[in-house]
Amino acid sequence: MCTLEKRGNLFLLTLTGDNEHRFNPDAIATILSLLGQAKSQAKRGSVLITTGQGKFFSNGFDLAWAQASGSLTGAAERLHQMVESFKPVVAALLDLPMPTIAALNGHAAAAGLMLALSHDYVFMRKDRGVLYMSEVDIGLSMPDYFAAMVRSKIGTSAARREVLLSGKKIRGEEAVALGIVDSAAHDSAEGVVEATVGLAEKLAAKKWNGDVYASIRKSLYPELCEILGLKATIFATPKL
Amino acid sequence: MCTLEKRGDLFLLTLTGDDEHRFHPDTISSVLSLLEQAKSQSTRGSVLITTAHGKFFSNGFDLAWAQAAGSQTGAVNRMHQMVESFKPVIAALFDLPMPTIAALNGHAAASGLMFALSHDYVFMRNDRGVLYMSEVDLGLPLPDYFAAMFAAKIGTSIAKRELLLSGKKIKGEEAVALGIVDSAAHDSVEGVVEATVSLGESLAAKKWNGEVYASIRKSLYPGLCAMLSVTDKIAASP
Repeated sequence: MCTLEKRGNLFLLTLTGDNEHRFNPDAIATILSLLGQAKSQAKRGSVLITTGQGKFFSNGFDLAWAQASGSLTGAAERLHQMVESFKPVVAALLDLPMPTIAALNGHAAAAGLMLALSHDYVFMRKDRGVLYMSEVDIGLSMPDYFAAMVRSKIGTSAARREVLLSGKKIRGEEAVALGIVDSAAHDSAEGVVEATVGLAEKLAAKKWNGDVYASIRKSLYPELCEILGLKATIFATPKL
Repeated sequence: MCTLEKRGDLFLLTLTGDDEHRFHPDTISSVLSLLEQAKSQSTRGSVLITTAHGKFFSNGFDLAWAQAAGSQTGAVNRMHQMVESFKPVIAALFDLPMPTIAALNGHAAASGLMFALSHDYVFMRNDRGVLYMSEVDLGLPLPDYFAAMFAAKIGTSIAKRELLLSGKKIKGEEAVALGIVDSAAHDSVEGVVEATVSLGESLAAKKWNGEVYASIRKSLYPGLCAMLSVTDKIAASP
């Protein structure tokens, strides 16, 4: 389902298997646990890269599991359960005491795009893969922290509208132009991963204090952090 | 340390001397006092241009003064003192009843960059000078009003990240591309100052009511102004 490997300074979190990497309660719990592991092993120079295998980074919540509850109320409850249990995953990423990079191997939709946007840097493929907020097409309104994430991370009103209110499937080049991702320069999943590893090694070489890094990161997104219940107060010993 | 001159409608605030123009309690009170002077002498059409001599606009707080306290606690107290006493300088710029322009002669780092960003317009050199938020490299978290400044003045998440989470030294061209400064078109200090004077004169010609200008400015940054205790309490006769 997902694995955490260590390669020197880099933590590599991989959503494994050639499937849609949908977030059901088990997947969510596993990711949360692996992020907890990365946090506990963090030191100066640590960096996280998150990627997936196959055609999808993640296609969002497991709507099939929600529907399998057999009733409309049951489905709504299961969806609510996933929305609530995913919030700590987003919080854990914003709180992680190291730079974070999402290396999108493929499509990122809905909660899958949220997972990507929770990282400090997002790289996607040029040739394949789209970003898609499906909510408007499916007829689902936005969880509060999803909207806050989009407001925090996507700068212009026009870009936010394209992402949330157009039902558009946004490809690499447009995603860069809209300021949603940092790079869509590579024509293969390997190219993307290699580029993110290159960036990660440069960031790792700075040997930053991870707690200070996380504190500065959180101070950039006060509204989102408040919704996620994250505090941004630490007092570090400066390197004076 | 710093001077205030008047040239027609323009107030020119200069950080003098060929040094890093570090913000130390004395510098901070001088700058504050000169800003208050500009405020008291302002009329319709007044404009402030802030610049400096030498290689640096300002390299931030006087960390050496903090360390000279002789102990870790002493250093932290001195840092805290500078952070707190600098807040009114930022507030004074947001409250200033006239357009404000920062003409960066050179490097602007940490609170030096905060000082620049507190102006309505920021011009820097194309060929020299970088913008640098050193906190992530020094291991210092951001004071609340620093974070609020960036949230207010820097639009995209990517630009905020590049400035605050990458330890990057950002040169003119990139600063314009990221939307942090308005211009990096000139290859000399004189070029930058000339351009800002020219902008200053075209703004002065509007003969705006300074109180109204300041009120509209503050209304763009409600979160930051609340944190700086800068209130917006005028109702001008249009």
